[in-house]
Amino acid sequence: MTVIATTPQREGGLAALIKHSRYIIAENPVTGFAFALFVLIVLAAILGPEIVPYNPLTSDTAQALKPPSAHHWFGTDQLGRDVFSRVVVATRLDFFIAVASVVLVFLMGGLAGVAAGFFGGWTDRIVGRVADTIMAFPLFVLAMGIVAALGNTVQNIVLATAIVNFPLYARIARAEANIRRDAGFVEAARLSGNADWRILAFQILPNVFPLLVVQMSLTMGYAILNAAGLSFIGLGVRPPTPEWGIMVAEGAQFIVSGEWWNAAFPGAALMVAVFCFNLLGDGLRDMIDPRRRT
Amino acid sequence: MLTMILKRAGMAIPSLIGVVIVTFLLTRALPGDPAAYFAGPAATPQAIEQVRVKLGLDKSLIAQFGNYVVDLAHGNFGTSLTTGQPVVSELITRLPASAELTLLGLLVSIIIAVPLGILAATKPNSLIDHACRIATTLGVSLPVFFTGLILVYVFYYQLGWAPAPLGRIDVFFDPPPAYTGFYLIDSLIAGQPETFMAALKQLILPALTLGIFSLAPIARMTRASMLAVLSSDFVRTARASGLASYTVIVTYAFRNAMLPVITTLGMVFSFLLGANVLVEKVFAWPGIGSYAVEALLASDFAPVQGFVLTMAVMYVALNLLIDVLYGVIDPRVRLEA
Repeated sequence: MTVIATTPQREGGLAALIKHSRYIIAENPVTGFAFALFVLIVLAAILGPEIVPYNPLTSDTAQALKPPSAHHWFGTDQLGRDVFSRVVVATRLDFFIAVASVVLVFLMGGLAGVAAGFFGGWTDRIVGRVADTIMAFPLFVLAMGIVAALGNTVQNIVLATAIVNFPLYARIARAEANIRRDAGFVEAARLSGNADWRILAFQILPNVFPLLVVQMSLTMGYAILNAAGLSFIGLGVRPPTPEWGIMVAEGAQFIVSGEWWNAAFPGAALMVAVFCFNLLGDGLRDMIDPRRRT
Repeated sequence: MLTMILKRAGMAIPSLIGVVIVTFLLTRALPGDPAAYFAGPAATPQAIEQVRVKLGLDKSLIAQFGNYVVDLAHGNFGTSLTTGQPVVSELITRLPASAELTLLGLLVSIIIAVPLGILAATKPNSLIDHACRIATTLGVSLPVFFTGLILVYVFYYQLGWAPAPLGRIDVFFDPPPAYTGFYLIDSLIAGQPETFMAALKQLILPALTLGIFSLAPIARMTRASMLAVLSSDFVRTARASGLASYTVIVTYAFRNAMLPVITTLGMVFSFLLGANVLVEKVFAWPGIGSYAVEALLASDFAPVQGFVLTMAVMYVALNLLIDVLYGVIDPRVRLEA
């Protein structure tokens, strides 16, 4: 009985979701294109190792540094590994680093900012001071310093990328929480006896949430670039792990002798991913706040 | 004007204090025992103890911080483990290479981006407007190290126009006598045109890489603020009074439109100083960025710490300079101060 009752409801939800997505894509074809790219990237991240034609770690020195061909679409690297397979498999790691750091900074910056805007006083001063201090550094340089000090691991790359983005999230969350602090619905919630934390969680946070989600998609591109830059200079990910930044770094030495495919394909993958996240972020922002349309 | 500069300089002090605290905390966050770390892998327990006392690591955190500040005030940034040289002197010898590259990169990007933005704003939805939009979107998406490699492949390997991406000057040339440390300026002072050309050839590709990278925010901001200014009342009045289109755009609109662009420069510098590290690695540029990267890979922390500190201090100083420049251009800021 319950099965019959819930099934149509679920289908209705799914149909509504599809309808809404179709509306969004029709509204702005560029966002639709970016969304299609995004789906492709997510698929590559999930299925990557299952669908690639070669093992990304198996070397075949007889086939070293061969240009792109029907067998090896993106050519082979100095150890004869298939560049196409490596580029596809690397998607998972790069995507994971970007998503993890963005989620982390969303939690850190969002919560700290909302608390600063809502409580004001000392909380506000401390959060503001921390954000200002981070902003006093060139961001990539600070990320380098953090990874150097905390240790050369992927987790620390995620953490460093999150920390350098902290001020952005904290400021947005603070501003949004601050204007709602004395809003009517907050006063009403307070008068009906809600504790501060309850007002924060159920009145303020849901209002700040959409803006922070837009910010997340806008910073995804930067997070991927930052992480790839760090691994390009040899931090975090170690060879032979396939990762776009480190693949470009390994391919760089062959550029001067004309073997371009080694660095070009992972670099292009990186570019396409960043491009996709930026377009998607712009599209999301337009949807939520039509005034800021460019 | 002077009070405004002093006031603004005073506002930079908390930032500097924050920077010093963070660089100090970074060393304390090093994994393991810092004394064992600084004593090197082959040190005996006695040697480690000795280093601990010598570095003041047996004292409280506050006392250690005090020592750190006193050291910094004396220009002591520690010693590099790999080269055995004081970090400060190595940073000073390498700083001009980075500064020359970064400034030229910024110059390249301003020379391209500002006219592009103005043209795009004066002719919205024209071909040049679309070109501007494509350039800015690509500029944000291209990883800076990837742009550098593409340029090397096209201009060195394919066309043979550029020299090999190996440092500041061709091995067949001696560096010019050091007056400023900027090869372009030094070679001119010393009257060596061949050296100037050789140094310029090495500089073009990395500077162009940085230029392409920082083009996007400058062009986008120029376009947006030109659009806003061009639709304002005083521009309409100027046009209605029959002034030539060139006079309206250059004399009236441009000066006002530059204000938000100068503010953007602060953000551009943050990206530029970071991108500098990556570009130096691609072009084997002997600047402070590549120095820090080498030290990082050798787990030599003192140079990294010195590098982060130098970069942050320079960035704070640049932001200060930008604010002062803002006051020079916009008299209203001076009056408010």
